[in-house]
Amino acid sequence: MGNPIIELKGITKVFGTGDGAVTALKDVDLTIDEGEIFGVIGLSGAGKSTLVRCINLLEKPTAGTVIVDGKELTKLSEKELRQARRSIGMIFQGFNLLQQRSVLDNVCFPLQLAGVPKKEARAKAEKLLDRVGLSEKKDAYPAQLSGGQCQRVAIARALSTDPKVLLCDEATSALDPTTTLSILDLLKELNRELHVTVVVITHEMKVVEAICHRVAILADNHVEELGVVEEIFHRPKSMAARQLIVPSSQVPPKESFGEGRFIRITFDGRERTDQPLVAQMVLHTGVPVSIVFADTRSLNGRLYGQMILQVPEDDSIMEKMLEFLRRAEVSFEEVI
Amino acid sequence: MQLTEMLSLIVKGFWETLYMTLGSTLVAYAIGLPLGLLLILTDPQGLRPMPVFNRVLGVIINLLRSVPFIILLVWVMPVTRAIMGTTIGSKATLSPLTIAAAPFIARMVESSAREVDRGVVEAALSMGASPSQVLLRVILPEAKPSLITGAAIAVTTILGYSAMAGIVGGGGLGAIAINYGYYRSNSQVMLIMVVLLVLIVQIFQEAGSRIAHKSDKRIREQN
Repeated sequence: MGNPIIELKGITKVFGTGDGAVTALKDVDLTIDEGEIFGVIGLSGAGKSTLVRCINLLEKPTAGTVIVDGKELTKLSEKELRQARRSIGMIFQGFNLLQQRSVLDNVCFPLQLAGVPKKEARAKAEKLLDRVGLSEKKDAYPAQLSGGQCQRVAIARALSTDPKVLLCDEATSALDPTTTLSILDLLKELNRELHVTVVVITHEMKVVEAICHRVAILADNHVEELGVVEEIFHRPKSMAARQLIVPSSQVPPKESFGEGRFIRITFDGRERTDQPLVAQMVLHTGVPVSIVFADTRSLNGRLYGQMILQVPEDDSIMEKMLEFLRRAEVSFEEVI
Repeated sequence: MQLTEMLSLIVKGFWETLYMTLGSTLVAYAIGLPLGLLLILTDPQGLRPMPVFNRVLGVIINLLRSVPFIILLVWVMPVTRAIMGTTIGSKATLSPLTIAAAPFIARMVESSAREVDRGVVEAALSMGASPSQVLLRVILPEAKPSLITGAAIAVTTILGYSAMAGIVGGGGLGAIAINYGYYRSNSQVMLIMVVLLVLIVQIFQEAGSRIAHKSDKRIREQN
C-alpha cells in the first residue's frame, strides 16, 4: 500500500449558476491508495454522491484535478475518458441493471461496449457470475432476482472489464441487514483476491466499520476528517465524526416515561465499559433504578451515547445519586 | 350494386387501406424514430445538450402536429405531386400520411425513451459507453415494450387518418365509405366500412399490446 491510485486535488463542484448555484463540493483533496478499501461517509446532502461521480467524471468538477491510475482524467478527450472509464467499475444503490437483458447479457454488456468478441465475453461473464455465486441464474432477468442477487450481478458486471478501481455508491443502502453483510463480505473478498481498490460511499457507519481500511468524513461539502477507521472510531476529532459514530438518538418525550423523576446521563467516551457506572450507583445508594431509555455503544471499551434513568420521588435519594454522579465525573442532568 | 361487385370493391379497399397505413407508418418511423432520439440526445439534460437546436426542433414538430390532418392533406398536395407524380389514389396518400405521422411518432419515441431509468444510462456511461452506444444499446432496447405499444397507437391513428384521405381522392375503405356511403347515401356500405375499420383497429391494437407484453422482461414469470 501507499501507492496512490486515485488523487483528487482541489475538487470543487457547483451546480447551477447565479443565485440558484449550489456548491456540492468545496476544495476537496483526497488520495486513495492502491488495494485499499476506502470509505467516504457523510450525512445526506454532504456531497458524497457527487464526490464519487467526480472520480469517473460522471460529474465534471467545476475546478480541480482528478488522477486515476496515473492518468489525469480531467485532461482527457471524451474518447480517451471513455477508454479510461473501463478501468473504473461502478455499482449503485439502485443496481441499474438492464431490465430487458438476461443476467448473463448484463455482465457481458461492458465487454460488448469495449468490442470484445461475443464468445470471449460470455466465457468471462460466466466465470464472474460463478465468482459472485449466481451461475445458475445466468438466464434469468433482473426482475426475477432479489435485491442482493441484483447487486451481485451488478458487481460481476462492474468487474468484467478487470477494473483497477470499484466505486460503490450506497451499494448496500437498499438492502436488508443480512444481505448487506453478504455483499460487504463479497466486496472484501474481491478486494483481497483481485487487488481491486474499492471506494465505498455510504451514510452508514456500520458499513465503514465492516470493511473499510481508511475513511473520509464528508461534512458541509468538504473532508472534515480522514484517517484509519480504528483511529477515527477511537478518537473522533470532528463534530461530524462524533455525530456519525455516536448514535444521535431520538429521545421520546418525557411524558411517555410515566411518573417519577428522571436523570439523563451522557457518555462522551470518557467512561469505560469495564466500570459499570449505573450498577455501581445502585450499589452505592442501595436504591434500584429503572432504565427507561438507552442508546449507547462501546468503541474500543469506551462508552458513547445516552441513557435516561427513572429514580424514586424522594429528595434525599435523588441528592445521593446526583452526588455519586458528580464524583464519577460524568455529564448528567435531571430531566424536567 | 351487385354483391360480387361490392365484395371486390371491399377487398380492393381493404388492401389499399393496409398499404396506405403500413406503408406510411414504415416511412414515418424511418423519419420519426431518429427525430425522437435526436430530441432525447439534444435535450438540455441529454447526452449532447443543444438547447437551441432542441427547442427549434420541438417547435417545428409541434407546428406540424397542430395542423389538422384534413388541412394538411390539401396543403401538401404540391409536395405529393412532386414526389409521387400524382395527387390521386392510395399511393399519393402516402405522402400526407407520412408528413402527419412522422412528428407524432417522434414525440411517441421521445416519450418512450424518457421512461428509461436514468440510472441505467448512468451505469452505461460509467462503463465507457459513447452517446450512440447509449442510444442504440441501452435506450432503444430498454424502451422496446413501450416503443411497441407506441407503434400500435401510431398505426391505429394513421389508419384513422387514411380514412380521411378519401375526401381528396385517396383510396381505401375510407374512400369507399365516402364515395358510396356518403355521396350516394348508401348507409349499408357506410356501415360495413366503419365496422371493417373498427375491426382492423382492434386487431392492430390487440396485436401491439400482446407483442409489447410478451417482449417485456420486467414482468416476473411464475416459476
